[in-house]
Amino acid sequence: MSDRELILARIRAAVTSAPPNEIVRDYRTSAGPLDRAELIELFAERVADYRAVVHVTGEDEVAATIAAALAAQGLTRPLVPGGLPVEWVPEGAVADDPPLSDAELDAVGGVVTGCAVAIAETGTIVLDAGPGQGRRALTLLPDYHLCVVRAGQIVAGVPQGVAVLDPSRPLTWISGPSATSDIELNRVEGVHGPRTLEVVVVR
Amino acid sequence: MTFLGMPAFPANAAAAVRDSQLRFNLRKATHTIREKRASVVAELPDWARLREAGKQIKDHTLRNLERYLLQMEEAVTAAGGHVHWAADAREANRIVTGLVRETGESDVVKVKSMATQEIGLNEALAEAGITAYETDLAELIVQLGDDWPSHILVPAIHRSRAEIREIFLEKMADWGRPAPEELTDDPRALAEAARRHLRERFLSTKVAISGANFMIAETGTLVVLESEGNGRMCLTLPKTLISVVGIEKLLPTWRDLEVFLQLLPRSSTGERMNPYTSTWTGATEGQEFHLVLLDNGRTRVLADEVGRQALRCIRCSACLNVCPVYERAGGHAYGSVYPGPIGAILTPQLRGMSSPLDASLPYASTLCGACYDVCPVAIDIPEVLVHLRGRAPHPRAERLGMRAAGWVFDRPERLARAERLAGRLRRFVPRRAPGPGPLSAWTETRDLPEIPAESFRDWWTRTDGGTR
Repeated sequence: MSDRELILARIRAAVTSAPPNEIVRDYRTSAGPLDRAELIELFAERVADYRAVVHVTGEDEVAATIAAALAAQGLTRPLVPGGLPVEWVPEGAVADDPPLSDAELDAVGGVVTGCAVAIAETGTIVLDAGPGQGRRALTLLPDYHLCVVRAGQIVAGVPQGVAVLDPSRPLTWISGPSATSDIELNRVEGVHGPRTLEVVVVR
Repeated sequence: MTFLGMPAFPANAAAAVRDSQLRFNLRKATHTIREKRASVVAELPDWARLREAGKQIKDHTLRNLERYLLQMEEAVTAAGGHVHWAADAREANRIVTGLVRETGESDVVKVKSMATQEIGLNEALAEAGITAYETDLAELIVQLGDDWPSHILVPAIHRSRAEIREIFLEKMADWGRPAPEELTDDPRALAEAARRHLRERFLSTKVAISGANFMIAETGTLVVLESEGNGRMCLTLPKTLISVVGIEKLLPTWRDLEVFLQLLPRSSTGERMNPYTSTWTGATEGQEFHLVLLDNGRTRVLADEVGRQALRCIRCSACLNVCPVYERAGGHAYGSVYPGPIGAILTPQLRGMSSPLDASLPYASTLCGACYDVCPVAIDIPEVLVHLRGRAPHPRAERLGMRAAGWVFDRPERLARAERLAGRLRRFVPRRAPGPGPLSAWTETRDLPEIPAESFRDWWTRTDGGTR
């Protein structure tokens, strides 16, 4: 008998005594009473709790906000994925076309992306490798990640986020900068992923 | 990993509680995390409903495990991945070693994984001439220190920052880039040293091995939650990815993540969400992907009507952080990669209770129930502990004593005679039991109960229930 047949046979024998049960989903799955302004406020507050930098700006100030943030980091040649809205592409941007090697990505100081969805309650941005986000390594190897979130992309909670995401795409859920709690259970920001996360929310 | 030949829990715990540095480290860490957990759990008004849904989803999955495993296999295969089945540790190690050999590589990077520790994968790879590099900071501390993990979430919880600095300075050079000479014990500096030590390794290694927190049967998706980004490095950069996952990690639908991505981070690190969660389906971005489905005793646990609830476990470690026994004894005393209350019910079921250590684990608890209260999938750990105590082998003296007690309690007249005899001999019964032996150990800190001159039954008969 193969290990596959063996395991399946053991399972069949084991579960005969297990009673059937019912799954009740009476937890919160709707947006609740928050309007858009309150969602933005909650999202910004929760992202900041992770010691990420958050800006909330209007549509016409996005480019200036991105430029100022990059200048503050001293980043003159930031990486941008394909499909990033042209008005968000900063001056001197480097495209991932043809795709950079891992070593080249490691040498890039920072990256500017959009996202697929953002979750207010947990302060999470989710990337699905779609337009304006790029392959997963782009937001991993550079030490600085600036993510632009449109207000319409912010949902209230985890259930609303899961509902709009496509599991067939590779997803990266990001809640603050890379961190560890391995030393005496104190949180330290910045281990292997980007040590600085900056989020620009467009009203 | 087997911790072969370790003494039983009481001996390990007795040694551990004399280590004041260990007790200090554990107390500080467990109290920090339990407060964080409590505050983020209190934030969710529907926590109890999420917990109940989590429990029911897991029970439903286990009840229909065959169907969902087959669905998972089909979905992963359809998405370009390869699925392997391993009935035990030996087979899993054989499969993984073979897959690594096929790539021609002799180095692999690893994401923290309980399942691969359980099967002793690193040791099996080493025998085949393959070096496995642990990349989680705590696992790195454990590997460099030639040590055992002592906590599910933070395996190096027993180490203070000063000890970690010493380990980095002494051992990093043996494994790659050395630690900077001026390294301090500031956690920030220690994290930075780990970042530099591993960066080149991430960029050059072609094979990665991971576990997974969840597998989604409906879509064939794997889910890994982490904090540092070492997981993303391993899951994203290497050409070949091998994931070893216990068969109980399955969830039926994508939607089920809406429950578990709320339950796990809050219970585990006490955060609203962990910094990074990666999900992928089959071969992704040009990678070669292998999934190894691991039984290794899980179907035996599944067959136990009381004990099977342990398979709901999502490895959050909340039960460790609230356990008064864990807080004092530490993780090593449990002699397993699964320490604490969950380990005390999981290890004896996965491994059986033939060794003195494994047979002692169901007693490594005061049955206070704090573990059950915080468990995000409502595993009634005290219930399973008591159940396993009944199945554990008992010493001859205890069996004889229980048989004698059974004979006396079986008939009321025998009990009455025994009570009268005890009453007459009461002056000769010492306050402390003569030693050595388990009874004398018990009375070292307690008095034996006083025996009354007249038994309750005799008093009742004489006074007609107190009316005469």
